[in-house]
Amino acid sequence: MTNGGPTSHAATSQDGTSPLLSVDGMAVSFAVGSRLAARIKNEQRFLHAVDGVDLDIAKGEALALVGESGSGKSTFALALAGLRQPDRGEIKFSGRTLPRNRSSADQRRIQMVFQDPYSSLNPRLTVGSMLRELIRVHHIVPPGQADEYCKEMLTLVGLGPDAMKAFPRQFSGGQRQRVAIARALVLRPDVLVADEPVSALDVSVQATVLNLLGDLRRELGLTLLLISHNLAVVRHLCDRVAVMYLGRIVEVAPTEQLFSDPRHPYTKGLLAAIPKLAASPPGPDDQGPAVVGDPPSPLRLPVGCRFRTRCPIAQPICEEQDPMLTTGAGDTGHEAACHFAFGGYSHPLRPPPTTQGNSGAGAGAGVTDSAPLTDAAGATSFPQQGD
Amino acid sequence: MTGPLDSPVLQVRDLHVQIAARHGTVRAVDGVSLEVNKGEAVGLVGESGSGKSMTLRAILGVLPPEAKITSGEILLDGVDLVKLPNHALNEIRGPKISMIFQEPMSALNPVMRVGYQIAEGPRVHRGYSKAKAAERAIELMRRVGIPDPERRFRAYPHEFSGGMRQRVMIAIALSCDPEIILCDEPTTALDVTIQDQILRLLAELCRDSGVSLIFVTHDLPVVAQLCQRVAVMYGGELVETGAVHEVLLDPRHPYTLGLVRSAPDVEHVRESLVPIPGSPPSLVSPPSGCRFHPRCAFVEEDCRVQPTPLRQLPGNRATACLHYERTEEALAADRIAP
Repeated sequence: MTNGGPTSHAATSQDGTSPLLSVDGMAVSFAVGSRLAARIKNEQRFLHAVDGVDLDIAKGEALALVGESGSGKSTFALALAGLRQPDRGEIKFSGRTLPRNRSSADQRRIQMVFQDPYSSLNPRLTVGSMLRELIRVHHIVPPGQADEYCKEMLTLVGLGPDAMKAFPRQFSGGQRQRVAIARALVLRPDVLVADEPVSALDVSVQATVLNLLGDLRRELGLTLLLISHNLAVVRHLCDRVAVMYLGRIVEVAPTEQLFSDPRHPYTKGLLAAIPKLAASPPGPDDQGPAVVGDPPSPLRLPVGCRFRTRCPIAQPICEEQDPMLTTGAGDTGHEAACHFAFGGYSHPLRPPPTTQGNSGAGAGAGVTDSAPLTDAAGATSFPQQGD
Repeated sequence: MTGPLDSPVLQVRDLHVQIAARHGTVRAVDGVSLEVNKGEAVGLVGESGSGKSMTLRAILGVLPPEAKITSGEILLDGVDLVKLPNHALNEIRGPKISMIFQEPMSALNPVMRVGYQIAEGPRVHRGYSKAKAAERAIELMRRVGIPDPERRFRAYPHEFSGGMRQRVMIAIALSCDPEIILCDEPTTALDVTIQDQILRLLAELCRDSGVSLIFVTHDLPVVAQLCQRVAVMYGGELVETGAVHEVLLDPRHPYTLGLVRSAPDVEHVRESLVPIPGSPPSLVSPPSGCRFHPRCAFVEEDCRVQPTPLRQLPGNRATACLHYERTEEALAADRIAP
């Protein structure tokens, strides 16, 4: 999705300067299947995990990247942090393009916190030796001050200086995630990328880590990219949200705008699918699930709009044209990749295709075979079996 | 809350499960009593280590070898499952009571076609012929929303997506028309749109087929989507029970309040989340008195010494808190200054 012309990526920081981090046309793919078969047949299949993502992050901003598993959000984070080579696209930091092989100074600027603090910390190193090694390699402070600095960092994340001598196994999950955050912060990064930082933790512990991330952001002026599938967490912590679906960003908006006025049908479905505390079990007049079916295989992407196989308002145009991120009237910083997001397209609306599958007991017959898909048109309704 | 026609399908009375460990006896479940009516979905919520999964496993009689039911009764249609020998339990597992697990990939047989896995129950318990059982399996696959069941019958679990695998699990659980299905975090590993589909399917089964559910989860909003009643577990004990909306929106126990306040809610954005301080209690030597007292903001002297069994409150709900008015007051203050 390399689009010509200047698009408004909508991430200008408060004072109107250029974004701190700017990603342009990033694509990351994985080779799949047997290498041997690929060599014999002289063709290699690729899974395009990230497929043309443009995203700007302003200094001091907390940006959320949400999406379901397989949407490419974690791969995007890895490529951003320099832990995976993108196939295409460039990453600019303060206007300067980061080279493919980053210097250690560039590596330092973008640090990550991973999902599972049980596997992301070296079990054989004490917290102190872990942090000291980083300080030595990156020359953060003179060797004589390293210990003092480490203790300061551990205090900052809410662990005492005693944590220096402890091994990761001596900590609970929440404390380990604090160690992981200290490990990232010790390098004084400009951007902290947190990939599902609380989903491995118990509910009552999640709050402490989320509060910590919020506090650190305020105190250190940190720029935060939070990757999450939990929209409640995102709403709590972030200024802006980007929604990903099958390797593409389908909607970007300031948080409150996204929640109050979602424009992409996928975002709408995602919001409707979140369990709510004040909800009730669906009655006999249940309208059915918010989003039907399974996501298509990323190896066989639908032609045109990638969401159209599950979309309640899909039209012929959606198969013919791949929608690009566009803004509505006025520069509100709200972008969506849907032909009908801002009511701009004047195609006559056909009744949504989901109603076709409801008519009879011949489930599965409603799946149209016009497109190369597998698991489309899942469970809109269950044929009455009269039992 | 429940009509006069409802009679409990399952009654758990004062269940105790203990696990022998090197450092002492773990009191994993300590005096849990629970009732499930016909067609009712009961949520069992708590953090990891609260004993919710152990309670489920005890009901099905599939505890790990080092765990034992030390006392209590589990009555299914008046029969005490605790006293039943294993071969008699085998007659009950499937036709009367079945289970859905969190990870369908590890619960399904990876080298057996899913259709045969669904058909196995009716073959064994109902004596169905191979053809009749296959027919039944296809009917069940259609019922749980697997598209193209005739073709999918011959597929292997790895050919299914996570949501479809969970539908297969549900079809297996339904295959012998059980009265009650035990669900151990069946949607935790699923994406939110797929979770929504599965929860709706389970709610529909409850409503239309009259099957009862016990739904174990750590996610409070998920309970609200599916269940009529909820029981909150902490440290091996029940601390609060009642209708879902009353318990979740108007709790009477500081632990329930803590769970509600610490989780970000997509509909109400709060300035900061209020975590529950401290960590869950040791179940080898649990705190005296109320097990939550070391982490409780409203603790008083008697909480440290006095045992705290569930007490009935008006409105068919119960709490284990001695000073539940304090929770009410805190909630009222929350509402004034959200």
